[in-house]
Amino acid sequence: MDKLIISTSPHFLRKVPTSSIMRDVIIALIPASVAAVVFFGFKALIMIAVSVGCAVASEFFFNMICKKKQTVGDLSAIVTGLLLALNLPSSVSVWQCVVGSVFAIVIVKCVFGGIGCNFANPAITARVFLLIAFSTSVAGGAATSFAELTTGATPLEVIKNGGSELPSLLDMFLGNRGGAIGETCALALLIGFAYLLIRRVINWHTPVIFVGTVFLLSLAIQQNLTLATYEVLGGGLLLGAIFMATDYSTTPINKVGKMVFALGCGIITVLIRFFGSYPEGVSFAILFMNILSPFIEKLCARRPFGGIKHGKK
Amino acid sequence: MLIFKKMLGNTHVPHRKNTAHMPPVRMSAPKEVLLPLSQHIGAPAELIVKVGDSVKIGQKIAEGVGYVSSPIHASVSGKVKAIEDYLRADGRKAPAIRIESDGKNELYEGLCKPNVTDLQSFIAAVRESGLVGLGGAGFPTAVKLDSLTKGTIDTVVINGAECEPYITGDTRTMLDETEWIYRGIALLETYCEGISEYVFGIEKNKPECIERMKEIFDGNPKVRITPLPPKYPQGAEKIIVYNTTRRVIPEGKLPADVGVLVINVTSLAFIGRYMENGIPLVKRCITLDGSAVAEPKNIIVPIGTSVGEIIDFGGGLKEELGKVLLGGPMMGSAISSLSEPIIKTTGAITAMKIKNSIYREETACIHCGRCVEACPVGLNPTSYTKALSIEPVEERVATLEKTGVMLCMECGCCSFVCPAYRPLVQNNRLAKGEVRSYKAHSSMLKQ
Repeated sequence: MDKLIISTSPHFLRKVPTSSIMRDVIIALIPASVAAVVFFGFKALIMIAVSVGCAVASEFFFNMICKKKQTVGDLSAIVTGLLLALNLPSSVSVWQCVVGSVFAIVIVKCVFGGIGCNFANPAITARVFLLIAFSTSVAGGAATSFAELTTGATPLEVIKNGGSELPSLLDMFLGNRGGAIGETCALALLIGFAYLLIRRVINWHTPVIFVGTVFLLSLAIQQNLTLATYEVLGGGLLLGAIFMATDYSTTPINKVGKMVFALGCGIITVLIRFFGSYPEGVSFAILFMNILSPFIEKLCARRPFGGIKHGKK
Repeated sequence: MLIFKKMLGNTHVPHRKNTAHMPPVRMSAPKEVLLPLSQHIGAPAELIVKVGDSVKIGQKIAEGVGYVSSPIHASVSGKVKAIEDYLRADGRKAPAIRIESDGKNELYEGLCKPNVTDLQSFIAAVRESGLVGLGGAGFPTAVKLDSLTKGTIDTVVINGAECEPYITGDTRTMLDETEWIYRGIALLETYCEGISEYVFGIEKNKPECIERMKEIFDGNPKVRITPLPPKYPQGAEKIIVYNTTRRVIPEGKLPADVGVLVINVTSLAFIGRYMENGIPLVKRCITLDGSAVAEPKNIIVPIGTSVGEIIDFGGGLKEELGKVLLGGPMMGSAISSLSEPIIKTTGAITAMKIKNSIYREETACIHCGRCVEACPVGLNPTSYTKALSIEPVEERVATLEKTGVMLCMECGCCSFVCPAYRPLVQNNRLAKGEVRSYKAHSSMLKQ
């Protein structure tokens, strides 16, 4: 009779644990993964499998070796591995996927304290690492298995450097073009976006502001609606804006901060694309804003309802 | 009406108002009651009976001492059996009076309709009734009403939001005791002339209550009924004041400072009835519900009845007990023993089965910002966890204060939504305690 459980309020919990949020992100990435396999064939499947497997394994062994509590169950390593694979072109070798995954999980995430403590998005950082270390195979992207294009140039490289013909806008939207395996199919990414919104995993603000900024600035610079649309559909912008710029740990916690973050990402992306030497700047933009995000969070902190100023009297 | 409405966070918490359609049943006198001397905010009442005395229902057994205090009345007729310490839900011991019932349920002969002629005598009568805020905070109502004498109050907000899950006592008051609510408003109108508006704040999930209130106050230009969104925590003082009057209560201030008096609808109905029959606060309506309860119902029980007895009267349990709460699941406190009594401020007994009571292990914060979005007063609950580990203590307190932690009302929204099951509310309590004790300590040093 007297064995009652005691705890502090509240005694109701919503019971949407971290693992179910991560599961939702994985589900949202399934359309993009399927599109990747459809357009880039068996290689894409191997890349995804290897990246995910290595990511989970490195987290598992890191925790085991460091005698930390096992955190593989929160599924976040799967998300990281999946995002990394989708961010790489099919021209990379499998061992590069392995290096990337281990780097993402061990160096970027685990040594900083695991989930929630990393200051930069693991998948983005690993991608940038691979891009700089192995520029020839990671930059650009092999053509899809359907495309007749033989060059591996991505549409944005074509726009920037001239050269071969651009794929049609419909191909851009459906994904039949060169690029990282997960970024090409805008349709699949938008389906994932809708799912995340419905499940309330993310708010619409970050992706919409990010993409909107890139679109408007491109339009202002290029004075051409079609080219601006290419800028939005190409260069991994949708993948980055929907899945990477909305990462919880590496973006500001407050809503206004998230909006500023997205705006900054958009501006930097455009600056890199038009004035930098890379044709695609999404990863760099997000990585740079990741580093700024604690400051943005602090600057954008909302004054509490009825709050008064303390300390300065 | 302001064009820019502040976006106050809120959370969709399941309502579970299973008992909303059940008029309360009356519980017969328990064998004994335990009446703590401190059932309100402020100084504990002082004993005026001794062991062995015979008392009757409504007889005063402890006197309110000091300005912020409230008297206690016997809730059964019988003999004072013991004066003892009992263990409260918060872990502290407090003196209490145990009365053994003689089963006769006799009313004290000295009770009569209070003689009220003006605002002063009205407030004095309320003080004698032992009324404290029945919504759960337990602030002595007479002290609250005293702010009316200063003439700065122009609006009375009647809190009928009842946003906690399960609890339906206020709903039943609005449906069954409309007459007393009407009387209560009439009394306030008679004695407090400065008040220009009476606003009822009622959540939209109680349409029949909104209808009923609109019906009885039809044609009274001073009364306004404001339907509130059915989102938790609408009934919190600061939130309901803002949502009904658009006034913001600053940190450390009371509603009276912005010209508002907030009163719970059941407290108001009690005032209306007390001014007719003079029976002090000796019983109240309790919602008995929760996943372990066999037959959820509303019960009118004498104050001081033990939780176990109420559960037995209410039809017992259908599952093994995990947690028993005094109050609702969002803000109620878990009790360690079923012998604990209900007090004036207890609006519900929530009995949860073991499956729903299991402690969930916390995991790392993933910085998702759900708590920030949910917080009704716009705090960042993750910031306290960091600030709490700052050394030295001066800096810790200064940082905590800057985060606005003293605004936290422990509504529980942040913990409710946290995907990592982090004890955010508990951290806030720790932080608030830290600030308070530091301030008390430093002011002691100054003296």
